[in-house]
Amino acid sequence: MRIINTKVIKENVKEMFLNANVHLSEDIKNALKEADEVSPIGKNILNIINENIDVADKTNTPICQDTGMAVVFLEVGNEVFFEGEFIEDSINEGVREAYEEGYFRKSVVKSPVFDRVNTKDNTPAIIYYKYVKGDKVNIKVMPKGFGSENCGQTKMLNPSDAEQDVVDFVVESVSKAGSKPCPPIVVGVGIGGTMEKSAMMAKEALFLDINYKEKDENLQRMREEILTKINNLGIGPAGLGGRVSAIGVNIMTYPTHIAGLPVSVNIGCHVSRHEERSI
Amino acid sequence: MKRLTLPLKEEDIAGLKAGESVYLTGYIYTARDAAHKRLYNAIKENKSIPIDLSKSVIYYAGPCPNKPGEVIGSCGPTTSMRMDKYTPLLMENGLRVIIGKGERGDIVLDAIKKYKGVYFAAVGGSGALIKNCIKSSEVIAYDDLLSEAIRKMYVEDLPVITAIDSNGKNLYKTEREKYKR
Ligand code: SF4
Repeated sequence: MRIINTKVIKENVKEMFLNANVHLSEDIKNALKEADEVSPIGKNILNIINENIDVADKTNTPICQDTGMAVVFLEVGNEVFFEGEFIEDSINEGVREAYEEGYFRKSVVKSPVFDRVNTKDNTPAIIYYKYVKGDKVNIKVMPKGFGSENCGQTKMLNPSDAEQDVVDFVVESVSKAGSKPCPPIVVGVGIGGTMEKSAMMAKEALFLDINYKEKDENLQRMREEILTKINNLGIGPAGLGGRVSAIGVNIMTYPTHIAGLPVSVNIGCHVSRHEERSI
Repeated sequence: MKRLTLPLKEEDIAGLKAGESVYLTGYIYTARDAAHKRLYNAIKENKSIPIDLSKSVIYYAGPCPNKPGEVIGSCGPTTSMRMDKYTPLLMENGLRVIIGKGERGDIVLDAIKKYKGVYFAAVGGSGALIKNCIKSSEVIAYDDLLSEAIRKMYVEDLPVITAIDSNGKNLYKTEREKYKR
């Protein structure tokens, strides 16, 4: 058994949000820097985007003013015992302190339909727990902006035309999103499971390095096909035309029911922020 | 590149062509979802509103708080489409110049043509860069809305692209069409 005080989790969550809102991961930074755009307007926008990422990095300023709703995936080893404050309170405290000390925007309202009064500290976070083997705790955090979140889609497809329908649904979702999620985007896709399982996988897929190689050949081919089709939509940087509309398509899958094929798309903007740590 | 001083004159607006990059200098007012709802409802109920729309430029933005000693935090544009249902009424009441990000619906396109306005796109996600163009910022209304309050800001050389011009030419349509294959 390994005893971990939840204060440690709080401190890590806090540091990770402070970091993620200011510094983008290397895979995304490089993809944006190396993007080969043909449209002159698109090129100009990519320059602005890259300069902004640089300025944020150097001046410790949030890359984007939408510092998002705080999403946390916590993978807890079965040999871990938490002592101290209740784990959920500690995570929320980490978020609270990060958003205060980082001078981040607080973007959470208490009641989704009525009043919509701001909670003023960007809590509560969205927290998913997973029980895993071992004595480690793996923390994944994502400040998720809603320009891109609002473009997410879920559909229960008919399994008879599996491959083509999945590709078409993902490409259509991105086409509809157009300029709204601040392209070039990263596309998270969850395939299989149940309705909500597919949506959670679509979100979790955004944590993957955009350059990962999928072992399953068919899936890898599908990733490439989707990416090509998206870049042929003409959306381009900021949606003002061009060939660089997406820089990555990340897919997660799970077994599903004989009668079903749930698919979800969760879009990450070019400021697709995330961080992962194992303690 | 073209440099313009705000508020824009009629001939400035008429001279802008979709696709043209411009640097803007002068006062702008931030307003996003919640502030728009209040402005819209106030106009509908014949109540007074805190800004003179005919002399104002509206910027769809809700900034991060400023660090001590700084004017403001990150302050890029937010998705404009969510403001579509409010925009025609604001234009009917004098608004001509809007800065945001992303495409607009047909009702806004029609209003821009009808009232000879202009819609500029700032680059979404470039809040750290835009922050450096903002030289002053003061909350002038709806301070209970926090980041969504109406702020009067002085900007210097704010980089924008003319996305919909006064003739209704819509860059989001024409450019996407060009690169589609
Ligand atoms: S979609 Fe992303 S980059 Fe665009 S405004 Fe929202 S958080 Fe920022």
